[in-house]
Amino acid sequence: MIPAQFDYARPASLDEACQALASDEDAKVLAGGQSLLPLLRMRLAYPSTLVDVGRLPDLKGVHDRGDHVFIGAMTTHDEVVRSGVVTAGCPLVALATAMVADRAIRHRGTFGGSLAHADPAGDLPAVVLALDGVLVARSAGGEREIPAADFFVDYLESALEPGEILTGVKIPKLGAGWGFHYEKFHRTAQSWAIVGVAAAVKRSNGAITEARIGLTNMGEKPLRARATESALRGVELGDQVRLACEEAAADTSPPADLHAQPDYRRHLARVLTHRAVRTAAGSP
Amino acid sequence: MTEMDAGLVAEQIAQSDQLNEPTDRSEVGRPRRRKEDTRLLTGRTQWTDNLSRPGMLHVMYLRSPMAHARITRVDVSGARDLPGVVAAFSGEDFAAEQGSLPCAWPVSEDIVIPDHPPMAVSEVRYVGEAVACVVATDRYRAADALDAIEVDYEPLPAVLDMNEALADGSPKVHEAGNKAFSAKITAGDVDAAFEGAPVVIDRTYVQQRLIPSAMEPRAVLADTDGESFTLWTSTQIPHVLRVMLAMVTGVPEHRIRVIAPDVGGGFGSKLQVTAEEVLGLLLTRKLGKPVKWTESRSEGNLTVHHGRDQIQHIRLAADADGRIRGLQVDLLADMGAYLMLVTPGIPMLGASMFNAIYKMDAYEFACTGVFTTKMPTDAYRGAGRPEATFAIERMMDELAAELGMDPVEVRRRNWIRHEEFPYTTISGLTYDSGNYEAATDKALALFGYDKLRAEQSDRRDRGDPVQLGIGVSTYTEMCGLAPSRMLGEANYGAGGWEHGAVRMLPTGKVEVITGTSPHGQGHVTSWSQIAADALGVPFEDVTVLHGDTAIAHKGMDTYGSRSLVIGGVAVLKACDKVKDKARRLAAHVLECSPDDLEFEAGAFKVRGTESQRTIQELALAAFTAHDLPDGVEARLDSEATFDPENYSFPHGTHLCAVEVDTETGMVKIRSYVAVDDVGKVVNPLIVEGQVHGGIAQGIAQALFEEAVYDADGNLLTTTMADYLLPSAADLPGFTLDRTETPATSNPLGVKGVGEAGTIASTPAVVNAVVDALRPRGVHDVRMPCTPERIWRALEAQAPEGVRP
Repeated sequence: MIPAQFDYARPASLDEACQALASDEDAKVLAGGQSLLPLLRMRLAYPSTLVDVGRLPDLKGVHDRGDHVFIGAMTTHDEVVRSGVVTAGCPLVALATAMVADRAIRHRGTFGGSLAHADPAGDLPAVVLALDGVLVARSAGGEREIPAADFFVDYLESALEPGEILTGVKIPKLGAGWGFHYEKFHRTAQSWAIVGVAAAVKRSNGAITEARIGLTNMGEKPLRARATESALRGVELGDQVRLACEEAAADTSPPADLHAQPDYRRHLARVLTHRAVRTAAGSP
Repeated sequence: MTEMDAGLVAEQIAQSDQLNEPTDRSEVGRPRRRKEDTRLLTGRTQWTDNLSRPGMLHVMYLRSPMAHARITRVDVSGARDLPGVVAAFSGEDFAAEQGSLPCAWPVSEDIVIPDHPPMAVSEVRYVGEAVACVVATDRYRAADALDAIEVDYEPLPAVLDMNEALADGSPKVHEAGNKAFSAKITAGDVDAAFEGAPVVIDRTYVQQRLIPSAMEPRAVLADTDGESFTLWTSTQIPHVLRVMLAMVTGVPEHRIRVIAPDVGGGFGSKLQVTAEEVLGLLLTRKLGKPVKWTESRSEGNLTVHHGRDQIQHIRLAADADGRIRGLQVDLLADMGAYLMLVTPGIPMLGASMFNAIYKMDAYEFACTGVFTTKMPTDAYRGAGRPEATFAIERMMDELAAELGMDPVEVRRRNWIRHEEFPYTTISGLTYDSGNYEAATDKALALFGYDKLRAEQSDRRDRGDPVQLGIGVSTYTEMCGLAPSRMLGEANYGAGGWEHGAVRMLPTGKVEVITGTSPHGQGHVTSWSQIAADALGVPFEDVTVLHGDTAIAHKGMDTYGSRSLVIGGVAVLKACDKVKDKARRLAAHVLECSPDDLEFEAGAFKVRGTESQRTIQELALAAFTAHDLPDGVEARLDSEATFDPENYSFPHGTHLCAVEVDTETGMVKIRSYVAVDDVGKVVNPLIVEGQVHGGIAQGIAQALFEEAVYDADGNLLTTTMADYLLPSAADLPGFTLDRTETPATSNPLGVKGVGEAGTIASTPAVVNAVVDALRPRGVHDVRMPCTPERIWRALEAQAPEGVRP
């Protein structure tokens, strides 16, 4: 598998990278390459230029910023998994990132790359969506912040404008009383999620006070299971939770592919949401 | 890794190699670490794609995007003008010289063997068929230039479903129609067996199409000196390929040398004469330069021959006590678009195996080979025998369920008892030896069968959403392909012997030359063990040469669990001849009669004296030739061919426990026990490796793998994201053990182990899945048993309004 011809640029600064992208609308950012390179090799994408941002130091690293954790876009999955700041500040991110693909891919693939790729089958978009993350983008015109709910636009399409580079993601820290789980359903250890459910659940005096649920691979973009989230509010653990999770597939449009048809995905979303919520609520 | 690192790693491997510590004098039976591995693991490999020749060019093929179409125009001129492009050709350019890819196994009188041009000229019949090529100075330029070739197609209807293909009025794959052949075998009175039978079970099973997925993709490098041609290729069959290349292209056989360098797996997929091998030879002849081709994984998924793909209609008649009266098998076997090397022979390899280890009064086997517009099928690990074993072992579980009997007990009532061997089965094969009781009893004990059944019953009672299923597979297989006489009776185009040679070097070291062509099996190690024992020389003093028709000049290559059973025995026979020669020389040197000599620990000793000569000393004496007896040549070197009188019949009992999550349909293998009887074991470590890999591959068919074509005949599973291969992370640890009932058909007592795991494991797993679901009314799940298929099977049985 050999990609079609393309030019390669390795800018020395973020500004240069933004300029390179702004000057050529067919240019693509090359981050870890774990999603983009297969597309090139199968000749499903024909970018004119790859702008390699791999050596820009400002894009790498995890930072504790008080009320949120900032994860630089070029931080590899492996670095995210190993980060004490992530484990302490946003454990759901650590849990889900540890399940991305396989070890080799986690060493090359980047946190920002997976989000900018906006693949609804990727694990991290649903997680960042569930946690109300905020994505930070830079262009020649300056920096802007995009809430996750607005960032994922369509299948493999984000809100990034031409000439804009994702520099990092702010993940708000949730306070005490929250539990987390990422339930990934896939046929082999290395394969994509057929359906995934990211759950953050807050409990107080035995009842669920708030739940945030992100769904992987249940539509053209990552989704929140809003109906279930509201049905869970104030609910005690038990049958009520199961009933609330029956709503998990509401307003989804899951794809049909070799691994699953939409009705099966909807069924899985209900079952897996129930499991994820129960586990996150500390009652596996 | 630097050279120094590699050396260090090699040293560490050797130092930590506790397994190589001698346990007794015998090499055969010792778990030797493989001689091959230090080199392979430290990157000093000779994969075909690693090889380079001065001035080497690269070819890439343009492949048909249509399942079936007439080619109305091919214009390669746009590619010829691009930078780095040396040549571009269409099928027309090869038409006069490319011949037809061979089919060596016309299995029936009515067989239709259509013309199979290596590069399509006027019509394409599957997606991926080569229609043009570009030769360039590097692969990148060749790949880019493919985009500049123009091909016009006039679409013809795709033919995808075997039943529809055979129906009147179906579009045709070939002018002669869609039926490739039909065959029927009957033994005993089938009608009587079924008439009035208290139990008749009628089932249809689908053997899905599989993609062999060897770790090393195919590669071909062809070169010429202007007169002769050398082909390096990732093949299992350098010898067969050489003969076939000569017959297909008309290049004289003595002008062709085929080398199989390091080959990274085949599983039958490299038991083939491929279009790319023929075209590689023709390209180097046209251009006078070395030309290399290496496929990508996606290209390979499209164009490496596929495996399995049968619809099996099975009927079984039994008495109320579970005794089998008769078995009827009616197969549709998907040939794909053409008959390749042994395509039609694959289902026929199962013809005598559906009756398996069981006694019965009557048996009927019918098979229809069907053309479709898909990649041709051909040998894939087990080749015909896994399909047969799956069907009968599934039926035995169905019979047990029908009678409310334990599935092990129903097998016990029907299998050939140990004291009945040798036993001639209903299909006419004579099983020389076996002990199904011993293997099964051992497996049941290791598995904890009764305890698992108790847990199963408890989970059923509790309505646990995770149900336990237990699957049984008591298999046999016919291995050691094959006795030449029997191949002749089956109308196969060649014999099944194997060749071995031994060269005794002046310093006493030994070169073994084998006609087998290992591609992962460890022949270098095992053959060293056989020769070391036979000649009484150290294991380290033996090397094994193979895979080059100029060095190993005779051979029938490696497939069908034949290498040890036939090739290993040929090596043993050659060693015996070396010893005969050495004995005459020793008698001369020691001035005694050959009859006064006894051979022990590598030395000829004059009985009752201290006088002796080692075989290694005698090798030097033969080399110097200063004092040879009359009529004795200046060498101990010898060669032998071995042709077995019968197949060998490994057998065993595999037991699988699965947990099925009835809410999601997910299957988790909880435990897996395999007790195999492969006869005498040369190297237990290698045997264990073969069984591990085989079980994994059989589980893969049961749960993971399927080649899927869409309604237009496009292959959808062209990448490993869509064609799911399980990795170690998806498989349980296997509990392995053996019983050892020597084969009587060869002097080593060996039976072959290359395919056993794959043949046994698929039905064990599917039986376990069905066993878990049977209380919910499910009697079958089509392979692969994906979570979605299991969920749908449960949904279909669920009472209305109740979701499982």
